[in-house]
Amino acid sequence: MNASLWALTLLQVLLYAALAPLLVGWVRKIKALLQNRKGASVWQPYRDLYKLFGKEARMAHTASILFRAAPYIVFVATWLAASAIPLIAIPMPTSAIADVIVIAGLLALARFFLALAGMDVGTAFGGMGASREMFVSALAEPAMLMAVFTLAMTAHSTNLASVVEYQLVNDNILRPSYMFALAGLMLVAIAETGRIPADNPATHLELTMIHEAMILEYSGRHLALMEWAAQLKLLLYGVLLANVFFPWGIGQGTGFAAASIGLVVIVTKLALLGVALAVSETVLAKMRVFRVPAFLNLALLLALLGLLSHVILEVGA
Amino acid sequence: MSLDHLTLLQQFMVVLAAVVLFTSFVLLQQSRLVAAVHAFAWQGALVAMVTAIVAVAGDQLHLFFSAALTLGLKALLIPWMLHRLVRRLELDRHSETLRHPALVTMAALALVIFSYWAVAPIVQQELIFTRNIVAVSLAVVLIGLLMMVIRTQAVAQVLGFMSMENGLFLAAVSATGGMPLVVELGVAFDVLVAMVLFGVFFFQIRESIDSLDVDRMNRLTERVDEP
Repeated sequence: MNASLWALTLLQVLLYAALAPLLVGWVRKIKALLQNRKGASVWQPYRDLYKLFGKEARMAHTASILFRAAPYIVFVATWLAASAIPLIAIPMPTSAIADVIVIAGLLALARFFLALAGMDVGTAFGGMGASREMFVSALAEPAMLMAVFTLAMTAHSTNLASVVEYQLVNDNILRPSYMFALAGLMLVAIAETGRIPADNPATHLELTMIHEAMILEYSGRHLALMEWAAQLKLLLYGVLLANVFFPWGIGQGTGFAAASIGLVVIVTKLALLGVALAVSETVLAKMRVFRVPAFLNLALLLALLGLLSHVILEVGA
Repeated sequence: MSLDHLTLLQQFMVVLAAVVLFTSFVLLQQSRLVAAVHAFAWQGALVAMVTAIVAVAGDQLHLFFSAALTLGLKALLIPWMLHRLVRRLELDRHSETLRHPALVTMAALALVIFSYWAVAPIVQQELIFTRNIVAVSLAVVLIGLLMMVIRTQAVAQVLGFMSMENGLFLAAVSATGGMPLVVELGVAFDVLVAMVLFGVFFFQIRESIDSLDVDRMNRLTERVDEP
């Protein structure tokens, strides 16, 4: 029983790494179709990663050891954070080890090293990207924690597997707090994963880019790891939104049948989420950097309203 | 009263009440007048829906009339009049710069917490299923008041006043199951008359100070004619 549980967990963790490029490829494909282009195949991100892993990694003369280590730290920290979020089945021992606050901490660690690596070489773009990234995340993190606390207060646990389980058991209750937390977390996810309107993921040379500016100096396997980490982060937020707020269909045991149904369901949910993301990215325009605080203020407001409506409307006196 | 003791319809009403509170925040932060008028119309429609659900779930059929009155007046007629006013005053492209938007939001959140604390003793009384939203309605009133204090645009101040009235109506519905019909008709008529008067007043203000920015009234000086 215990061995199969850990095997299932290992499978989920590997699935995270395997599915991450597919989600990005899917979003790009849908976006291209919406813009009347044919677009690259959904497997293109895999080919890009394969190509980058085969290339030589060039390094600036001024780069320190930190620049060399950062891609590995960023990738591993993001992957570890993802490993604590249930993907296809609930019983997940890693969720008990790392609760939601640890996940936020691991993501912060990844971001810290990403920003350091951006500043390490000393180019103007890297420093600018790093400062903008910290500026966005300083505003996004409180909103994310508030939204997550709303869930934790409802489920009386910060363990994501128990939050999902609580939601599955009490699924006949309409909760205003969940609605606000969902909206807040969506805005946070958009800002944190560098999508439009906070950042443009499709650009490589623009004054307003954030994520791309930081990894501009990377090449070869280092760049591959950085890109893979960014794709993992998108998948992580997608699964967080899909499984915590709409957990129906997730496997509830270690059996093969439950896990395979769970896989089909989560892939469907992520495909729908990807379509929604592509549509919103097509409809919206990127905002000025100094408008982003207003955007994240809205996220914080929604998360706080979620918290307050939990206390005022749901618990009662 | 905990949420899982309520029926699905009553839970839906609680969700709608939460959205009413959110529209108050939207009104507070909206710098474009036309969008603010739309937010106000949505708030009126949501209040009407809450009232209708209370009427169904609480078996108080006279509330249907209040709901219809609110829908007609707050969601359709007054927003339409305001919309027309904004267009005639050529303010539909005007966008006001809000001072300290984040601070104002935090102040409004503090007001929500204050109203929760203030109504806690009332909620201790065994009321009907609507008692959880008394705090929300008080918060809507206070946020409307805050909006009248911080906005300098006369039209925005009127929107704050009208949303205060929405909050009062929601309080009446949630705390006592609605006011008597005569009172309600009187209030509705008052609001309508106020709206007409505001309309006339806007033109007067613009005639005399050539703007609807109320802050500029501070700078008016009266020239004393020397004999």
